[in-house]
Amino acid sequence: MMYVLKDWIFTTDHKKIGLLYLIGSLAAFALAGCMALLMRAELSAIGPTITTNPNDYNVWLYFHGAAMILGFQIPALTGFLANYLIPLQIGARDVAFPRVNALSVWLFYMGIILALMTFVVPNPPDVMWTGYPPYSVLTPGNTALYTFTVLLLGFASILGGVNFLTTITFMRAPGIGWNQLNVFTWCIYGAFILQLIFVPVLGTAVTMIMLDKYVGTHFFDPSAGGDVLIYQNLFWFYSHPAVYVIFLPFIGIVFDIVATFARNRIFNYKAAIYGGIGGIVLLAGEVWIHHLYVTGMPDWIRVGQMITTLMISVPVGLLFISLVGTLYKGSISFKTPMLYGLSVIFLMLIGGLTGIPLAIVSLDLHVSDTYFIIGHFHYVMAVAGTFSIFGGVYYLYPKFTGRMFNETMGKIGFWLSFIGVNTVFFPMMIVGVTTGMPRRYWDYAQFPAAESYHVVMTAGAAIIAVGFIVILINWIHGMFRGEKAGSNPWGSRSLEWTTTSPPLAHGNWEAVPTIEEGWGPYEYGTRKA
Amino acid sequence: MHKLGMKGLSLTSSLMGLIAGLMPAIGYANEIADPVKGFDDLWYEVMVDITIIGAIFAFILVYFMFKYRRRSSDDEGSQKPMTVLSAIGWSVIPVFLFIADDLYMAAKGWELYNDYRSVPENSMEIKLESAMWSWDYTYPNGVKTYNELRVPAGTPIVLRMTSRDTLHSHYIPDFRIKEDSMPGRVTYLWFHPKEPGEHVVTCAEYCGLLHSRMAGKIIAMPEDEFTAWYKAEAENLEQNLASN
Ligand code: HEM
Ligand SMILES: [Cu+2]
Ligand SMILES: [Cu+2]
Repeated sequence: MMYVLKDWIFTTDHKKIGLLYLIGSLAAFALAGCMALLMRAELSAIGPTITTNPNDYNVWLYFHGAAMILGFQIPALTGFLANYLIPLQIGARDVAFPRVNALSVWLFYMGIILALMTFVVPNPPDVMWTGYPPYSVLTPGNTALYTFTVLLLGFASILGGVNFLTTITFMRAPGIGWNQLNVFTWCIYGAFILQLIFVPVLGTAVTMIMLDKYVGTHFFDPSAGGDVLIYQNLFWFYSHPAVYVIFLPFIGIVFDIVATFARNRIFNYKAAIYGGIGGIVLLAGEVWIHHLYVTGMPDWIRVGQMITTLMISVPVGLLFISLVGTLYKGSISFKTPMLYGLSVIFLMLIGGLTGIPLAIVSLDLHVSDTYFIIGHFHYVMAVAGTFSIFGGVYYLYPKFTGRMFNETMGKIGFWLSFIGVNTVFFPMMIVGVTTGMPRRYWDYAQFPAAESYHVVMTAGAAIIAVGFIVILINWIHGMFRGEKAGSNPWGSRSLEWTTTSPPLAHGNWEAVPTIEEGWGPYEYGTRKA
Repeated sequence: MHKLGMKGLSLTSSLMGLIAGLMPAIGYANEIADPVKGFDDLWYEVMVDITIIGAIFAFILVYFMFKYRRRSSDDEGSQKPMTVLSAIGWSVIPVFLFIADDLYMAAKGWELYNDYRSVPENSMEIKLESAMWSWDYTYPNGVKTYNELRVPAGTPIVLRMTSRDTLHSHYIPDFRIKEDSMPGRVTYLWFHPKEPGEHVVTCAEYCGLLHSRMAGKIIAMPEDEFTAWYKAEAENLEQNLASN
């Protein structure tokens, strides 16, 4: 037992590190999900429901937002999926710097532990995941905890960035060219470029807050020559690209799932890679002002950024066409991972298109900071991202456990959560635009018309919870009781399926696969399976 | 406040040679532009636009899912590699369509934005100072009110806003408008209460414990009632000052 534990803690194997990321991020998801249930319970009726202290709500919300983004989605996508898949997809025996990789998973766990301190310190942070000053400086809450959590998780991610950019650039098996990479690999490449450029800015911003609060500097204090908006600029200069750090890997894994289960080529691969992923990386840093539409930004900047923001629809549109086109003349099987893959296209459609009114500055003046935006970003990022992570776990499940999950239970879990999320998040958008109820509200006495919607949403959240319990049982049950999976249960052409399930602990393959002329991860239809 | 001209955008778009014909006609009538109606119209138009785009994609998606479902377990897809020409076509044409739609909507949004930001000349200016957790209004004659803003119906109102402590956002859902109030900066918003009536004011920027209770109201009164109230308040104020 001790030996096994030691083996996992001190491992430098990219697959084990990936699984450590998975376990940690799922724990963060479960806890942050419990916070969501508490919030939904509180909002189920006007007036105090389960707590009379608004500060409780604020702390739940702080933890929910911070843990979902920094503790669950980014680590699950760029920690678990990237670690597990990248070396296997490019035919490498491990990442470039295995020990740095181990360090980054340790930092991640320390970050999670710090985040958990929220529930034990006397004055838990209540600054929301955005941490805007002056509130984050004035509050009695523990802003330092917020700062250090962000710094640790950010540092873990920078290390990951250095590692994966090097790995993908230099460690591809002989014969694999840039145009033969999986879309997922490309997406990770793009995402880590963004992380390396932008995370330091976030680190700076949250450190300045801490200095203002505890050391007495005045970066954000106008009474001493500071400015309150500098923080928001720095914060969103990182955090808008962060949305793409989540978006790229999740759309990448969806591409791989869809191609595998349609057994088909990627439609217009180069447009998706260079136009779609490349376009997003280029545009990511030019749109952050759309988060400051209702602050005192000069009007000309607001209008300029409306145009750049709308332009995001161009690369995203290319990715969409490519994704939908991949089904054309395919041979589509509707196994559980594919249900997640296809549902993400639907969720993205709703989430992406409702971003258009938000980009239009004059429309945003009404819906900004209301429940409309909460509904929008849960569709486009929170739920679509979560569904692709879950799809990815199901997809790789036979590979990392060596066994199959139960297909029927997989489908039940999927449909429960799919129905649940739509019951929660579609009404949110309606409430936002029709009543104008703002976000981050513990109570909403001034919006009586919102109450009946809130009842529906709370019921939806309960359905999601049941769905996730089914999913979790299925995963745990399959690990012990599932049928043995072969090395390639889905009939994929991609390299990760050429090794045994689970792959060899060290080095992944007996001998690194030789790449034949004309090989590609999506070369279907060239011979019968 | 200078108006953001339409010229720059018209230029770009006619250069694209695509949507010049679709540009909305520009022209400011003498009457007060009404952002509320402008919002509702543009919102509706954008909803129609995105519903159409969404429906097209969703239809194709569902059709493919049905048409190309796997018939036997060893089937494979039969998509051919793309020719260079069709790859370019499938990139360039959609890109132009997206850009055209984007610029069209940006132009519409910009036009409406001018209405939101151009304060009518005859408006009444009221100062707002926000604080945790109240809205403090000061009228031109020095009268102060808290969380309740009485205004004459028919007169556009402009708020010059700042804050004593942290960020807040003065949001009036009925007028489709909010703008943050911040320490060390002055921001503004304006609205036009045409009819007598009451409107909710609520805080839309997180400001701590009682953020959700930072609500007030705007009471638009018939002109004469307002004048009577306003004079009486001013007299009260003077008496108070005198008695001190
Ligand atoms: C799974 C079911 C989920 C439910 C029922 C749920 C529910 C909620 C609720 C009720 C709020 C608070 C709205 C407010 O008072 O302003 C919220 C905020 C938020 N949620 Fe979720 N959520 C879920 C999943 C997720 C996921 C997976 C993410 C991952 C990114 C996420 C990210 C956020 C963020 C960033 C906020 C805003 C936090 C803030 O205002 O600072 N949520 N969610
Ligand atoms: Cu953004
Ligand atoms: Cu507030």
